[in-house]
Amino acid sequence: MKAGNRALPALSTAYAAAAYAFLYLPIVVLVVYSFNRDGVGGFPPQHWTLDWYRTLFDDSAMWTSVGNSAMVALCTVVLSMLIGFPAAYALDRYSFPGKAAFQRLVLLPLIVPGVITGISLLLLTVSSGFHLSLVTVILGHSTALTAVAATEIFAGLAKLDRSLEEASADLGATGIQTLTRIVLPGLRTSLLGTALLIFTLSMDEIAVTFFLIGRENTLPLEIWSRLRRGATPEMNAIATLIFLFSVITIFLSQWLMTSEKTEIINR
Amino acid sequence: MSNFLRLENVSKRFGEHTVLASISLEVERGEFLTLLGESGSGKTTLLRILAGFEEATGGRIFLEDEQLDALPPHRRPIHTVFQSYALFPHMSVFDNVAYGLRVRGCARDEMTARVEEALKKVHMEGFSKHFPRQISGGQKQRVALARALVNRPRLLLLDEPLSALDANLRFEMQRELKVLQREVGITFIFVTHDQSEALAISDRVVLLRHGKVEQCGTPRSIYSTPRTAYSASFLGKSNLVQGTVLDGVADCADFSVPVNVADGAVTFSLRPECIAPVTETAQAGEQLVPFVAEVVAEQFHGADSLLTLRCASGTELSARVAGPRGNGGWFAFRAQDLVPLEQE
Amino acid sequence: MARSRLSAWLVTLPPFAWIALFLFTPYCLLFCYSFWSLDAGQQVVHHLTLANYLHLLQTPLYLTVILRSMRIAFSVVLLSLLIGYPLACFLVFQAGKYRRILYQAVIIPLWISYLVRAYAWKVIFGNEGVMNTLLLWCHATRHPLGFLLYSPFAVIVTLTHIYVPFVVLPVVAALEKIPPELLESSSDLGATAWQTFTRVILPLSLPGVLSGATFAFLLSFGDFLAPLLLGGPSSVMIANIVANLFGADYNWPLGAAVAVLILVMVLVILTITQRLERRWRVA
Repeated sequence: MKAGNRALPALSTAYAAAAYAFLYLPIVVLVVYSFNRDGVGGFPPQHWTLDWYRTLFDDSAMWTSVGNSAMVALCTVVLSMLIGFPAAYALDRYSFPGKAAFQRLVLLPLIVPGVITGISLLLLTVSSGFHLSLVTVILGHSTALTAVAATEIFAGLAKLDRSLEEASADLGATGIQTLTRIVLPGLRTSLLGTALLIFTLSMDEIAVTFFLIGRENTLPLEIWSRLRRGATPEMNAIATLIFLFSVITIFLSQWLMTSEKTEIINR
Repeated sequence: MSNFLRLENVSKRFGEHTVLASISLEVERGEFLTLLGESGSGKTTLLRILAGFEEATGGRIFLEDEQLDALPPHRRPIHTVFQSYALFPHMSVFDNVAYGLRVRGCARDEMTARVEEALKKVHMEGFSKHFPRQISGGQKQRVALARALVNRPRLLLLDEPLSALDANLRFEMQRELKVLQREVGITFIFVTHDQSEALAISDRVVLLRHGKVEQCGTPRSIYSTPRTAYSASFLGKSNLVQGTVLDGVADCADFSVPVNVADGAVTFSLRPECIAPVTETAQAGEQLVPFVAEVVAEQFHGADSLLTLRCASGTELSARVAGPRGNGGWFAFRAQDLVPLEQE
Repeated sequence: MARSRLSAWLVTLPPFAWIALFLFTPYCLLFCYSFWSLDAGQQVVHHLTLANYLHLLQTPLYLTVILRSMRIAFSVVLLSLLIGYPLACFLVFQAGKYRRILYQAVIIPLWISYLVRAYAWKVIFGNEGVMNTLLLWCHATRHPLGFLLYSPFAVIVTLTHIYVPFVVLPVVAALEKIPPELLESSSDLGATAWQTFTRVILPLSLPGVLSGATFAFLLSFGDFLAPLLLGGPSSVMIANIVANLFGADYNWPLGAAVAVLILVMVLVILTITQRLERRWRVA
């Protein structure tokens, strides 16, 4: 920080570079070895091939699980937003008895190990006589990820200017009109970001899913069950695709946010 | 019972803390009323109760004999101009102004016509496609006004709307507000902590202090005859002179003045501009009270100077005079300018 | 105002009902199960008993595993801080115009599948994996290093990789809140860069460190995938025990008791760190 000290910035930059290397090394390895003909290890990689992707595209069980996961993730986004929004709204705007306890309970799945949430919901399912299926997985994901939805939306609500809502009511808008015309547009970025985040988290969820899954597998569980039989570069190929999908989602959410800003300026 | 707006014993408590203690007030149709007070005087709370954002703990409010208390904000024929303007950032100027008409389901043609008319009234007709972030503070102010006025409210509340503007713009907006109010004929209730703004702009001023009405009247009457020491010193500058009254004569150490108050210790208010050097104010028929004082400080203000005078007894008085005054000499004021104040 | 109270109820009730049904009830069931037991026919007996908890106390295995889980979680926190704190400082004080993009680069791994990342480390650390073949290829070793995979080491590295961003983000948030004038006035008053760091920056960033560390600790403590995928028998963690009791071993009451124990520990740790955080924030 001092002008005289030149060694410190260089050192800290080198350290940061090493940290980034640590964060990205595994991803690079994954991607590189998905094109390697001779299996998941072996340095240096030789004989580049797209065979593993070909195998993957012919793997119908894998794609069924991708479909299942996407379906689960979509339902989870809808459900957890539908519960998370009013929960966040109530926590932000109203005071009611037991509010502190309610808040803690809603946020509990964020810090409690997924295993515990998973087995608790398993106990509920079994006790109430339901069968395990993708429906129970959706319920599990929605319950666990409501915590994420509520925290994100709560943060978004806190940033909203309350006088805008007062102005809206003052100008004659009913509660519903204020919600749809002022609050929701104000939260648009935050809601979109939250939806994408929940979609990604649900696509990737294992700990809760593990205990609630029926006969049909989600993508992570399909991968999981294959890994126990031994790793093949096909796993690298699907992992690379998942990575690509994540990156696209991130850029999508970034793009949505920036395009909204420019839209306001240009319109 | 025919008052336009009537507040009966309106009070507001937050737990043990009393913000408003039984305010009763009557407002005429078309009046420009200012609620003046320091922060914590309860003026903003009173405004928010009128708008419906807060519920009064006690009392009743009538607008043209219709009781308002039970109505939620969106059902009251009252609009507010917010201190922060509260323009919707995701809507254009046009959409902001059209908002109140839209939520009421106003027909498209009528809406467009009324919005344009309102924007014209505040001199913002060229800005309908702009967004709030693209216009200046003064312009936002005008849009906020247009947005409230376009719905033709029966009462307009203005919560320190000029406080964010710089001095020149503020002065200009005060004038425009006053003209606009005459033009539209809507009753304005204006909240401010700035006494000069209150005096400049209003038909009537309500001075609030600790949640109570300290004094209420036209700017002139409240300025010339303050009721209490607080009124006297909050509205403009004032000398508070201690005196003892005996048989209709007030003895104030440096001078004695005939007054019309009961015997006892009394505090008087004497405005600085009422004091003048003796030679200039020798007019017939006026009872002048002369005294000798030394000038200990002079603050030059352009049009006039504020002198700090020290009388023989050591009492210091402020005097506002035109032109330089040297080191001291004889000063005087008219007997009727010495206003007796109520004891607190 | 009665209307607004009604709408408050309408807003609050649905999430309240959902949470009560799908979060509160399951946790209560878990609690109940932990006091029930199994009969000879593997059926759950609904008689209250402390047998599960007594069994936990009397079997040294559970204590060993809990201590190991804490040790692994603690190592993860330490490593994450060692990597994450300097990285956060770099982002806030030195990244300059690249700050936004470099910050994003820390967030991106958060969005990438946990399973994918854990799998990547398996690929790197395996006997035939990238690390060993690389070492053999450049003759750094003659035999593959066995300790890399199926060891607490692999588990710790994997979890660290996952939780570094969780540490960086709150620390960055805390560092950003420090007004630059404070740093300038510190050096103006004659403090060296190191003194400014230890006396101004570090104390003010502690709440951020604590919240990141708590998160990383609790989540690694309750992790069960990394040990299953990358750890051997020597790195079984407490969540694996629960998973096994609910899976292959089929003793739900005992599994519930272990789960309740984990839950209690998590809540205790959380309460303590929240108290500390509040105190440090005021200070």
